[in-house]
Amino acid sequence: MGVSSLPLPGRRRLSKQARENIKGYLFISPWLLGFLLWVLGPMVASLVISFTEWDILTPPEFVGFKNYTKLLDPNVYFLKALYNTIYITAIGVPLQVILALFVAQFLNYRGRGVNLFRTIFYLPMVTPIVASALVWLMIFNPEFGLANTLLRLFKLPEQRWFLDPDLSKPLIIVWMLWHIGGSMVIFLGGLQSVPESLYDAAEVDGAGPVRQFFSITLPLISPVIFFVITTSIIGTFQVFTVAFITTGGGPIRSTLFYVLYLYKNAFEYLRMGFGSGLAWVLFVIILVVTLVQFKLANRWVYYEVS
Amino acid sequence: MAAETQGQDAHTPLSKLQTSMFIFRLNLLPRLTFLIVFSIVMSVPFWWMLSTSLKAEYQVLLFPPSWIPSPIKWQNYPDVFVKAPFVVWFSNTLYITVVSLVGTLFSASLVAYGFARIQFWGRNVLFILVLSTMMLPDVVTLIPTFILFSRLDWIDTFLPLIVPVFFGGSAFFIFLIRQYFTTIPFDLEEAAFIDGASTFTVFWRIILPLAKPVLGTVGLFSFLGNWNDFMRPMIYLNSPEKKTLAVGLRYFQSQWGTEWALMMAAATIMIVPVLIVFFFTQRYFVKGIALSGLGGR
Repeated sequence: MGVSSLPLPGRRRLSKQARENIKGYLFISPWLLGFLLWVLGPMVASLVISFTEWDILTPPEFVGFKNYTKLLDPNVYFLKALYNTIYITAIGVPLQVILALFVAQFLNYRGRGVNLFRTIFYLPMVTPIVASALVWLMIFNPEFGLANTLLRLFKLPEQRWFLDPDLSKPLIIVWMLWHIGGSMVIFLGGLQSVPESLYDAAEVDGAGPVRQFFSITLPLISPVIFFVITTSIIGTFQVFTVAFITTGGGPIRSTLFYVLYLYKNAFEYLRMGFGSGLAWVLFVIILVVTLVQFKLANRWVYYEVS
Repeated sequence: MAAETQGQDAHTPLSKLQTSMFIFRLNLLPRLTFLIVFSIVMSVPFWWMLSTSLKAEYQVLLFPPSWIPSPIKWQNYPDVFVKAPFVVWFSNTLYITVVSLVGTLFSASLVAYGFARIQFWGRNVLFILVLSTMMLPDVVTLIPTFILFSRLDWIDTFLPLIVPVFFGGSAFFIFLIRQYFTTIPFDLEEAAFIDGASTFTVFWRIILPLAKPVLGTVGLFSFLGNWNDFMRPMIYLNSPEKKTLAVGLRYFQSQWGTEWALMMAAATIMIVPVLIVFFFTQRYFVKGIALSGLGGR
């Protein structure tokens, strides 16, 4: 200590803390710069643009809150897109979470095959969405698809699948359910961290498997469930590629999801102002939904005091 | 926690018996039956893709469709390269993926080191800011970023896809690496500092080599994300010779009606590198889940 505080020749007389500050900011400078350039700057710009009408080709025109008041206009499909998105989130995410937890429960054993099964269930997560969406399109093709073959085999009426506005959204949900691998692996990690002694004790007390699941497993992995639900909702709100490839938003806008609607406005109709408004509304919706979840988490998420 | 319990099991004879039993009390037979049936159902899309990729176009349109094409048309695979600039798309994708990988690993670990090991003013507040950007939907910044890149004349170049990567990669990657760095003991660093090493040398020579597992995890995620990305390449790249595989796949969809067999052959070619990388880096992946604090708490 005494040695290092001696004024060394050639070293600037900065306090230790000042040097730490300079070093710290140097190390995080890529992120700091990136945050200003790619996050904060664009967010402010997006807010400003949302008060204009702008097709990039001609100068922007200030229109006040018009892009926001327009959202409720029935000729603008904002509410439709929002409804579609909430539909697949409200139905798809709970199904996804339950199925992923169910499968993880089956995978939670020690022995042969765990790694193999885990890999198989995870594969859809590493498959490019374009590829899986195209395969979906082929399996559910009304003329030659595999799905109709199965229906015919069981003497059931054949379906129009993606061409039927009543089935298009459920098909997207089925596609989502194919992607349970991510949540499943996270659940599996959670399940494996539950001490086995708790189950042994419960067994001695005469609790059956169902009781054990609801009284031990569920409370102990509730933080993991909370994480999965929160991130799944954020992700599902941003569904884009699968609908873009399979249906392009149709039929009769039944799969026009929020980000697809935003994309079409901004990059097909060149309505940068309206698109930016949509982006900000989405941001606020996701923020509110997430904050509400954190608020509700106090009631059901169990945190271990270690 | 999990590792600890497993360790105990291996030593006490009573628990040794339990290893053959199962944590969630279920018999082996129903468990395996379910897992096998479910994995067959889950892999149907893959088999279907593979089977279609080996059919002649007319066979694809037959109803009912058959699982095993006869005759098997291997020719579809070479045809993909002949009928579309597939080699170019492949190398474009590889280029973007590799450059992004390097940029992500370098810049994210640099930033993570700052957040994990240096006590600077405002560190906690800024780290919370990093975490909160993980929730920010990408589309919020999409339009102004697009306008910025078009003003810079970067449209139809790879720059919009690779330049932003060098600014910390992404919040999630910074978070993962930082979590790992905080678990490395300080002693090693202190010894190096006493020997007069600079902070960067310590980072580069001591901390980074120790952090290989987390760099593997981040590398895997980064590779997958860029290889499979669709929206950004579609928005930023226009000319056919600039396309990536994900965007190029649709080429077979639009030309003269859909050429399903060729498209599925192309999709298979696109997925194969991903599968290879995934099989070899799986353990990093599992480790990454544990790192994020979601696995063994």
